[in-house]
Amino acid sequence: MVSMDTLAFYVFAAIAVIASLGVIGQGNPMHSIMLLIGSFGALAGLYILLDAPFTAVTQIIVYAGAIMVLFLFVVMLLNVPREEPAPVTAGGLLGPAGFKLGAGLSVLLAIEVIWGLSRLGIAGFAQDADAATVSSVARIGNELFTQHAFAFEATSILILVAMVGAVVLARREH
Amino acid sequence: MVPLNYYLILSGVLFSIGTAGVFLRRNLITVLLSIEIMLNAVNLTFVAVGRYLGSVDGQIITFFVMTVAAAEAAVGLALVIALFRHRETLSPDAYTSLKW
Repeated sequence: MVSMDTLAFYVFAAIAVIASLGVIGQGNPMHSIMLLIGSFGALAGLYILLDAPFTAVTQIIVYAGAIMVLFLFVVMLLNVPREEPAPVTAGGLLGPAGFKLGAGLSVLLAIEVIWGLSRLGIAGFAQDADAATVSSVARIGNELFTQHAFAFEATSILILVAMVGAVVLARREH
Repeated sequence: MVPLNYYLILSGVLFSIGTAGVFLRRNLITVLLSIEIMLNAVNLTFVAVGRYLGSVDGQIITFFVMTVAAAEAAVGLALVIALFRHRETLSPDAYTSLKW
């Protein structure tokens, strides 16, 4: 009998993998973005399974909400629905052989990771008693603003720099 | 509960899909989307291992990764817009020169 957790894991994992394959498998950027939002939703479900509701909600709000809207905005602004077919003249790393090499390397990476991990004998997770401490938003906030306060402040400066940088880069030159 | 291995394997598969996307797609926006897939695969690893160790550090690192991803997307898309103004195409093959 398959437990509820396992079933949910397989469903979410399948959605994430199929949607991600769809993102790279077809040429319309608009469809790619929609599929990626589906993939992020499935990952949020996995975070719920991992007792991380804060991360799941952040995933939906920040990733599916904010970042993907930014991508949608740029796709609509540039108005290029389809990508051009590959030029036949390109050689070397840009030619068809280079693509095959890249795809082969990716598949090799996947096989290596899966082979290595399946040989690891990792037992179950920490006790379920830990679930309450791991999923506690209060504890995350506590650690974030005490132990990781410097990283937090540095991140806010990073965001400010990125904001100014994006405005400067995208501004029309006079 | 699902063993840690399953999460790590799923994360590896997603990361490989993202890598393949960067190699295979000929559209700058799809390449950026593939990078987001890779970042999410790494986030999944952080949260799964954090849960395995019974620590919230994984979720905190994920929080920072998301913030950096937002900054990266903003600057990356601004660069795409600036590049598109010059060449009217999104194919990475059009941007092989450092200066024009």
